[in-house]
Amino acid sequence: MTYEFLQNYWWVLIALLGGLLVALMFVQGANLHLGNKVLSDTQKRMILNSTGRKWELTFTTLVTFGGAFFASFPLFYSTSFGGAYWVWVLLLITFVFQAVAYEFQNKKGNLLGVKGFRIALMVNGILAPFLVGTAVGTFFTGSPFTVDKLAIANPSAPVISTWGSSWHGLEALGQYHAVLLGCTLVFLAAILGALYVLNNIEDKEIEAQMRRCIKLSVGPFLLFFLSWTAILLFRQGFAVDAQGVVSMEPYKYLHNLLEMPAVLVMLLAGIVLVLYSLYLGAFSQSRKGIWFAMPGTVLVVMSVFFLAGFNGTAYYPSCTDLQSSLTIRNSSSSYFTLQVMSWVSLLIPFVVAYIAYAWHAMDRKKITSEEITGEGNKY
Amino acid sequence: MDVVIWSRIQFAMTAAYHWLFVPLTLGLALVMAVMETLYVVKKDPFWKKAAQFWIKLFAINFAVGIATGIILEFEFGTNWSNYSWFVGDMFGAPLAIEGILAFFMEATFFAVMFFGWEKVSPKFHLASTWLTGIGATISAYWILVANGWMQNPVGTTFNPDTVRSEMASAAAFWEVVTNPVAVSKFFHSVTSGWVTGAIFVVGVSAWYLLKKRHVEFARKSMLVGAVVGLVGSGAVMLSGDASGIHAAEFQPMKLAAAEGLEDGGEGAAFTIVPGIKVPHMLSLLATHDWNGYVPGINDILRGYTDKEGNVIPSVADKMAMGRTALDALATYREFKDSDPEAAAEARAVLDANVQYMGYGHLEKPEDVVPPVGVVFWAFRLMVGLGMLLALVLLLCLYALWKDKLGQWKWLLWTAIACIPLVYICGQSGWIVAEVGRQPWTIQGLLPVNVAISSLSAGAVKTTFFVFLAVFALFLAIEIRIMIRAIGKGPEVEPENR
Repeated sequence: MTYEFLQNYWWVLIALLGGLLVALMFVQGANLHLGNKVLSDTQKRMILNSTGRKWELTFTTLVTFGGAFFASFPLFYSTSFGGAYWVWVLLLITFVFQAVAYEFQNKKGNLLGVKGFRIALMVNGILAPFLVGTAVGTFFTGSPFTVDKLAIANPSAPVISTWGSSWHGLEALGQYHAVLLGCTLVFLAAILGALYVLNNIEDKEIEAQMRRCIKLSVGPFLLFFLSWTAILLFRQGFAVDAQGVVSMEPYKYLHNLLEMPAVLVMLLAGIVLVLYSLYLGAFSQSRKGIWFAMPGTVLVVMSVFFLAGFNGTAYYPSCTDLQSSLTIRNSSSSYFTLQVMSWVSLLIPFVVAYIAYAWHAMDRKKITSEEITGEGNKY
Repeated sequence: MDVVIWSRIQFAMTAAYHWLFVPLTLGLALVMAVMETLYVVKKDPFWKKAAQFWIKLFAINFAVGIATGIILEFEFGTNWSNYSWFVGDMFGAPLAIEGILAFFMEATFFAVMFFGWEKVSPKFHLASTWLTGIGATISAYWILVANGWMQNPVGTTFNPDTVRSEMASAAAFWEVVTNPVAVSKFFHSVTSGWVTGAIFVVGVSAWYLLKKRHVEFARKSMLVGAVVGLVGSGAVMLSGDASGIHAAEFQPMKLAAAEGLEDGGEGAAFTIVPGIKVPHMLSLLATHDWNGYVPGINDILRGYTDKEGNVIPSVADKMAMGRTALDALATYREFKDSDPEAAAEARAVLDANVQYMGYGHLEKPEDVVPPVGVVFWAFRLMVGLGMLLALVLLLCLYALWKDKLGQWKWLLWTAIACIPLVYICGQSGWIVAEVGRQPWTIQGLLPVNVAISSLSAGAVKTTFFVFLAVFALFLAIEIRIMIRAIGKGPEVEPENR
């Protein structure tokens, strides 16, 4: 296995983890219904308990996505996390509140009350997909940073990666193209959440609300997604040549798509799957839409990562110092580390298998109102 | 105060807070798994109810543990940018493995354990309870591999082309994974978690016994807790002894600080508290040799000859060599593309001095001395409380055996008082380990002032106070909910028991 192969392999895994993370954001989307005026408290608790059995998977995927990114492309971790400080801290805080909200909200003495924790879950439901989407959006717009590895020998300013904006990440909110992707993800998460609840909960009124939510979300979702995609294909991109020199190339991402037909096929297949799930959710009686939406989401997100990083592209470009841009070649771990981790990655199918098995065992019976009002552990 | 201090305060707070929840997770996991095993083996529903009660408390605690774990992961990047790059090649792998191997196991089987009583078979449920605890334990191993490497950076070499520590061969990973410091730290931390869980169970049971509620449940829980706790205490002592040996070998300054040893020598005495010394004891503990040489703070500053006869240079010399290494690094990078000869020359100078490169960042030799008073007293608190806790567990076991708990009310009160003490004990241990290695993020390679992100002190100060508020809120909620759950008690039928 060559170094290049391992770098590519790990970019594929990062893309896969990113795809899974977005697909699992059905948890965030479903939690938005905790503020639904039509649903009763019992119905909201059904939704809460339904996502309550899955949120740790989403959360763990986020942790692993971060860990794997750190492990395989540490220069991204050190540059983006330390630079776009406020974005990551904000994301962190919404997830921290989410992590305790399930366990705490229906317990007496929780200080913030049911309402406080539900608001925390809804804030996470919007901000988590929005911030992740906007952060990935900057993979195409660039961020203001410089990387100077020799800085470490300079006692007065030893930090290798420095951020050029004192907004430390919040400046991305001014990049309308990146923001479009953030908005896309908010509505995608809402759709995924509704499709998941349809599949997981047995209740007429909830079903009606979910189908309504999907119908309402389709428009904005497609609008944001298609305009983001259109701008992507027409914008200049950050090309990197064999010597590692970065330059601007018109229509770079369109070129990437045409020069990597497999990615084009993945993207289209993913879009078709998501559209089919939208049809199932909004216009049929089927409750199986989630089984198409999740793989579709994974495929689309993976192709977005491939467009950002493969075919001689800088995946985390610097808009203030082009040559500081991060590529999968210049930001990765060493050959031996990638090799060791690649062996470890062979465990992933095994992990996926036991998660699927446990999930199947737990979800054989749909959640009903009897379960929520009866005995037994619940949130 | 500057950004280095605020970054340190924030990270220290997060780590210490995280460690309020992790040890109870590790310890309760074992206690409840043992109880559920008794249920499945003996088919006695009493043990099911008992396990369910402790699982309920476990779940309250588990949530905050998870929430604070992710903060630590993110803070490596957000606040320690240089560190993330410098160690990413080594640190990332254990972290990724932790995610893939351990976190998914914990998350998946926790959900089955908590919700699955009526949904899966008793054996699948039992397996899930064990796997939740095993997942947490595996997770501890991998993060301590990373921590152990920071205390004793084995298996890596500095690469001037990438400016970071790299694993030079796939075999080096094995060296990292079996780092003796990581292994002893793992056993020490995990088994101290068992003691924490055990003390918690024993303390809560003692409260029920004092209130004469759930008496049978409390006695049996106390028995399981005391046994788990004593096994844990024994293992904590053995692994603590190994940690002492490792500190002497790899971090002599930490040991000297923990002992407040200004000037060392052969047959060094152990200070119990200032003024009370046991002759030769320190040499025996630190080197397992009656007359072993233990360097003091001044010896390390001045330079000394260790027990194998190696001459250890003075800190001033190390700093000079470190600066030479940093200058050579700059020269190497300047010429590596243009003048291969000059680059090779610089490379040779760098390689000759690279082991002291971290010292090149220090301002004065005294920077290598950690806050001695803090480390000295934290160490005494840890050891003293650890012995007290083991004694209390032993007395509880004896009282259970002789059926004395009814008379020995003082013992029950002591057991309750031990709950806060076990936390103080664990925190003190981490203070010894982490304050004791200052100023190093990575021993000898990267001091804290070079490990930071390029942020303003104000930004980090802001997030510090935000986290402080969040942590205080969560702790208040957790304690309130926990006390209510304990007050409500287990659902074992008193008339049958």
